[in-house]
Amino acid sequence: MAGEGRPDVQQHGGDIGALMGSCPLPLPEYQEIVLAHGSGGKLSQQLIRSMLFPEFQNEFLNVAHDGAIFTVNGTRLAFSTDSFVVNPIFFPGGDIGKLAIYGTVNDLAMCGARPLYLSTGFILEEGLPMQEFWAVVNSMRTAAATAGVDLVTGDTKVVDRGKADKIFINTSGIGIVPIGVNICPERARAGDKVIVSGEIAVHGIAIMSVREGLEFETEVSSDTAPLSDLVSVILGVADIHVLRDPTRGGVTSALTEIAQSARVGIFLDEARIPISEEVKGACEILGLDPLYVANEGKLLAIVADDESAPVLSAMRGHPLGRNAAIIGIVTDEHPGLVTMKTRIGGTRVVDMLSGEQLPRIC
Amino acid sequence: MKFIDEYRNEALAGKLVEEIRRTVTKPWVLMEVCGGQTHTIVKNGIDRLLPDEVELVHGPGCPVCVTSLEMIDKAHVIAKRPDVIFCSFGDMLRVPGSQVDLLVLKSRGADVRVVYSPIDSLKIARANPHKKVVFFAIGFETTAPGNAMAVWQAQKQGITNFSVLVSHVLVPPAMTTLLQSPLNRVQGFLGPGHVCTVMGYEEYEPIASRYHVPIVITGFEPLDILEGVLMTVRQLEANTAEVENQYPRVVRREGNRSAQELVNSVFEVCDRKWRGVGAIPKSGYKLRPGFGDFDAEKIFEVEEIDTAEPAVCISGLVLRGVKKPHDCPAFGKDCTPSRPLGATMVSAEGACAAYYAYGRHLQHEKSNVPHSMQGTNNGR
Repeated sequence: MAGEGRPDVQQHGGDIGALMGSCPLPLPEYQEIVLAHGSGGKLSQQLIRSMLFPEFQNEFLNVAHDGAIFTVNGTRLAFSTDSFVVNPIFFPGGDIGKLAIYGTVNDLAMCGARPLYLSTGFILEEGLPMQEFWAVVNSMRTAAATAGVDLVTGDTKVVDRGKADKIFINTSGIGIVPIGVNICPERARAGDKVIVSGEIAVHGIAIMSVREGLEFETEVSSDTAPLSDLVSVILGVADIHVLRDPTRGGVTSALTEIAQSARVGIFLDEARIPISEEVKGACEILGLDPLYVANEGKLLAIVADDESAPVLSAMRGHPLGRNAAIIGIVTDEHPGLVTMKTRIGGTRVVDMLSGEQLPRIC
Repeated sequence: MKFIDEYRNEALAGKLVEEIRRTVTKPWVLMEVCGGQTHTIVKNGIDRLLPDEVELVHGPGCPVCVTSLEMIDKAHVIAKRPDVIFCSFGDMLRVPGSQVDLLVLKSRGADVRVVYSPIDSLKIARANPHKKVVFFAIGFETTAPGNAMAVWQAQKQGITNFSVLVSHVLVPPAMTTLLQSPLNRVQGFLGPGHVCTVMGYEEYEPIASRYHVPIVITGFEPLDILEGVLMTVRQLEANTAEVENQYPRVVRREGNRSAQELVNSVFEVCDRKWRGVGAIPKSGYKLRPGFGDFDAEKIFEVEEIDTAEPAVCISGLVLRGVKKPHDCPAFGKDCTPSRPLGATMVSAEGACAAYYAYGRHLQHEKSNVPHSMQGTNNGR
């Protein structure tokens, strides 16, 4: 009897409440996902820490690193995943395909790993011009060759027009962590120096310069680049404590996460943070703080004080680290907080963004 | 960066701080009128560089903060309509109405767009002839010329699917209201540099002399603020009450006459309700009758909306310089930028939001700078 089956289906298949059982929503103030949940700031962190970490907790996830590091038959492997939804898909200095390869390569590099194999999943919107898809595929092939990784498995799905924005890409990857390398956020300790590998906020400004409604003329192009070679160079000269690529959420979010994980304070010197004139100008005009703007080819390294000079000089000898600078120190004061000496000699806290960075009115 | 870095020079800032220290002999309460100035002060830690005698209190000049709850609720009613593209300056999107904010409406499917200029919403109107494009025209005298220009051009070009929801406010009536309040503590003002770029500063002269307060029209870079403080303190110590111009690279006494003419041709002065402060007579702009076809309030016939602010919020007192953000029991706890209870926690220019963004809820009032990173000019 067909009728008898129906209540059963409704109970288990059609009622979200039944699926959730009696668990209350962990973020009661939000009844739906808002864009700021994906901005890399406080709301992203809340979403991950209150809804994902507790549900899936294990020793690897709990480290809250850019990837998981585990041992298989005596070999230490790093495993990471990332999804790419950038709009527009082609932008000065790159495209979504290049970003998807380098993004996961860099997440693996931030674990200290030599990236080896990547997977990719495409979600394509009906109507995407074949030429554009072909351009993305070619860009991925070139990027994989540049980064020295092989794309070894993949998947494609197509959704109705309007159900995605042209193309979304997920990549996952594995790499080998060399013996003796031990990089994790908890290793930041008082006295360590914070080094950035170059000028910040470049990628975010390049994207914004071509975003609909915001178009402005600039010579800024995205800094997207594979950081694995730079990482292997600095691993050769010092015991690096922490590595992080400050992508969405910018330098601030990356450093705040490290300060919270390691229960240390981080103190920055604003005058020492490298920012190009073009990016500075764009940030002034748009009312944005470069400390919160995304980077794609930059890394933050935290190293012991006495190893900071050799690391800095090794970075500066690499094409991707020419403008590297020591921008701050780790302290045992105000654990969990990033503070900064401002350009004019004042001090302030540099907190994570509460929502999306919105342009101010005037 | 040229014309920016010069005004953020640490050595020059140190000299100005020293000069303020030498000049001041007794406690003074100064108010910076503009939210942009508050932002610079907190972002650069300027208030902590000043001698204890100089107290800065934060003024009502955050346009997003003082836009009334009724007006925001009206905006939400309009933005929710399926036939509307609702355009706004970015920092208005997170301002809570009685129910939600524009970001939440956007996540529920409303077509809400951030524009940098009201003229951009005219472009959107031309590109979407079957939609009604509404621009949320808020702000002080600073944004009035741009908003007036959008309406003027729409009329000239015969664009019929464009309108503005006007909630303009004016600075001088707000300053007068503050000075007349029995709770007032303010003894001198850093005047609104960009408002005066448009309007000039003649209209501040009667305020300075009637209430015997020095008003120094001040810019927005750190050295502008410090110089503005120094000039105000000098006047206070000398017991003078004049309007001075710290910002002559931008501001002239007569202001920008052509901008004023444009504003006066499109807008007329009206009474306006300020969020957190209440109704102030003749403190706003509305469209002149000749531009009624572009008035979103008329087009969409939004009814009067009953609203209520949370009882715990002291934003009205913060906006009038009577209280500081951290005097509020909800600050940084129940009230944060992602869940703001009141007006001043909503925009980067709001005093509470600026305090929160730069971590005043996390930090002790005077934090220590580690020795290895100390500069030559580290304040006290």
